[in-house]
Amino acid sequence: MADYNMHLLVCGGTGCKASQSELIKMNLKNQLTELGLEEDIQVIHTGCFGFCEKGPIVKIQPDNTFYVSVTPEDTKEIIEEHIVKGRKVERLLYKDPSTKTSIIESKNMDFYKKQVRIALRNCGFINPDNIEEYVANDGYEALAKCLGEMTPEETTKLIIDSGLRGRGGGGFPTGLKWDITRKVEGDQKYVVCNADEGDPGAFMDRSILEGDPHTVIEAMAICGYCIGADKGLVYIRAEYPLAIERLKTAIGQAQEYGLLGEGILGTDFNFDIELRYGAGAFVCGEETALIHSMEGLRGEPTFKPPFPSVSGYLGKPTNVNNVETFANIPPIINKGAEWFGSIGTENSKGTKVFALAGKINNVGLIEVPMGTTLREVVYDIGGGIKDGKEFKAVQTGGPSGGCLTKDFLDTPIEYDSLIAAGSMMGSGGMIVMDEDDCMVAIAKFYLEFTLDESCGKCTPCRIGNKRLYEILDKITEGKGEPEDLDRLRALSDVVKDTSLCGLGQSSPNPILSTIENFFGEYESHVTIQKCPAGQCKSLLQYIIEDEKCTGCTLCFRHCPVGAISGEKRSPHFIDQSLCIKCGVCYQKCKFDAIKIA
Amino acid sequence: MTKIKSLADLKKLKDEVQSKIKLREKGDHPENLVQIKVSMATCGIASGAKETMNYFIETLDNQGVDALVTQTGCMGYCYAEPTIELTIPGKEPVIYGFVDKVKAQEIIDKHVIKNELVDGIIPVNYKTIDD
Repeated sequence: MADYNMHLLVCGGTGCKASQSELIKMNLKNQLTELGLEEDIQVIHTGCFGFCEKGPIVKIQPDNTFYVSVTPEDTKEIIEEHIVKGRKVERLLYKDPSTKTSIIESKNMDFYKKQVRIALRNCGFINPDNIEEYVANDGYEALAKCLGEMTPEETTKLIIDSGLRGRGGGGFPTGLKWDITRKVEGDQKYVVCNADEGDPGAFMDRSILEGDPHTVIEAMAICGYCIGADKGLVYIRAEYPLAIERLKTAIGQAQEYGLLGEGILGTDFNFDIELRYGAGAFVCGEETALIHSMEGLRGEPTFKPPFPSVSGYLGKPTNVNNVETFANIPPIINKGAEWFGSIGTENSKGTKVFALAGKINNVGLIEVPMGTTLREVVYDIGGGIKDGKEFKAVQTGGPSGGCLTKDFLDTPIEYDSLIAAGSMMGSGGMIVMDEDDCMVAIAKFYLEFTLDESCGKCTPCRIGNKRLYEILDKITEGKGEPEDLDRLRALSDVVKDTSLCGLGQSSPNPILSTIENFFGEYESHVTIQKCPAGQCKSLLQYIIEDEKCTGCTLCFRHCPVGAISGEKRSPHFIDQSLCIKCGVCYQKCKFDAIKIA
Repeated sequence: MTKIKSLADLKKLKDEVQSKIKLREKGDHPENLVQIKVSMATCGIASGAKETMNYFIETLDNQGVDALVTQTGCMGYCYAEPTIELTIPGKEPVIYGFVDKVKAQEIIDKHVIKNELVDGIIPVNYKTIDD
């Protein structure tokens, strides 16, 4: 068995590879072999460290030293100084930007870890189908602590003091919501978990339910204890079969262990949980619509007040929280409000989970402290834009949010600053766009989604969104006129101001934020009928440049509609009336002779 | 299963489970096992985590390696699915990404059998609540 006593970990993430980390690895290996150390020290490539801004990165284990911005020329020095003489190469250590001093102590070498996992603390660690693994990781201790040592008032106060705000998007203080529901008189109260995650590209709640279902069960029981409810309901979409299965298994185990049911942990507190399935309608994420759907009625929102805290499920006081909000509760109770308050910013405490997607290298599920900047998320954790392209915008808040440009990259992620920037926190979808994305088409995509998902109860949302969509469609078809931009703005304002629920009140946000931030792009669509990103097919024309075309016939052979004609070894020609703008000729041409006009 | 009736019961169960896990992780014990966790959320399964898990179970069994292969939830590295976490008794857990059957075999041959690391380790890039 090979027994290496040291490992050199060279980052092989996309960003570091682009800055020659392959060569760094090879140099290190060769130099170790020259010194005859190849049997003692192993050099390996790793995945992304999540600190791409300072790549390429070389980490030395076991002494935990972290070298940044390493070049292939630096390898000799690392080997001669660090490995042979045991001295750290000071100039390659990370320098704290504020103090300009190098970080030398190995115990401080964790600075590159931008993520903190609270809601996801057990995801990917424990077996979700085994309650004992949850118990081994402090599971149900928070519930035991509340039932045994704290009154409902004290527990609620602890949640208020922690500063936890709803993670479903709205950001309402969770403790306050509990307190309101607790104070309302009622013979029967309900705790509802909103697992109707509907934003395109978002999967935070699904991952929590699939990876750590017991945390949601425990938190719901704690909530029940606080507000005086003995019944919990999880509203989950039927599109999440695995999450449902694991949740069911977990509920069964909790009942078997006496952690759900009657007389929990030897007290007189009773609590049980049932599942209610949704059919995957976006509007049912809105709490009143969700409650109506659970009651067997149509999933349509109703006017608030009365809030569910006063009159919710079956007219009884009901506390609705999102999955991720619940997942934060047990650690807050175990570690205290002060601990939770020490993470995040003044008005946004704790962390937020994001589903990072789009044109980014490290697509993934991440959890960052509030106050982390968009730049850190996109360039460090996300590893930057795919294929070295230019960053254009990041979309947060799903169909209710907005697109933020590179001017906003240093915006800290927190409820209020994102709203001030013209977007919102939302439930946690984060989609990154590059130079090839057309912002008009993006706005149209989100409008199409809201159009599908509008319940149709109120006129502004049902008809207003349809008209907005039609205008956007007209613009992307090249039939837009400058006045359309004013129409979009005016109608957006009407829809926002007059819709009944959050869906319609926020559905024009993608349009407004893209007009605001990418006005030039809209303008060129409606004035010179051009799509700067080259995405809107109706506004494109593929043209063959005679000088470059060699007549190889490759495009002719691949054109699916026979729009290309020409003799062998002489320039070809595209018949625009037949062309469907599929772009195959453009991709196939080896001589760069096809241009997009 | 007797029901948990108090905090003391819960703590007792916790200690029992934790010591069971410790035994598994520490060496020098008959229960000394190689542990592999496969990330099995919907997305992992869609990228082939089930095949990977079955491959580990069958291959390790055929080669007579005492190993415990279990499922877990999403590790968050969607770009590198399927992902696994490998723990050799007495060592720090290591996460590998893009573990298809070929990679799985390489991990078994090198890391499990010879205790060498294999290219493609995903460094832990987050802090936990205990840090």
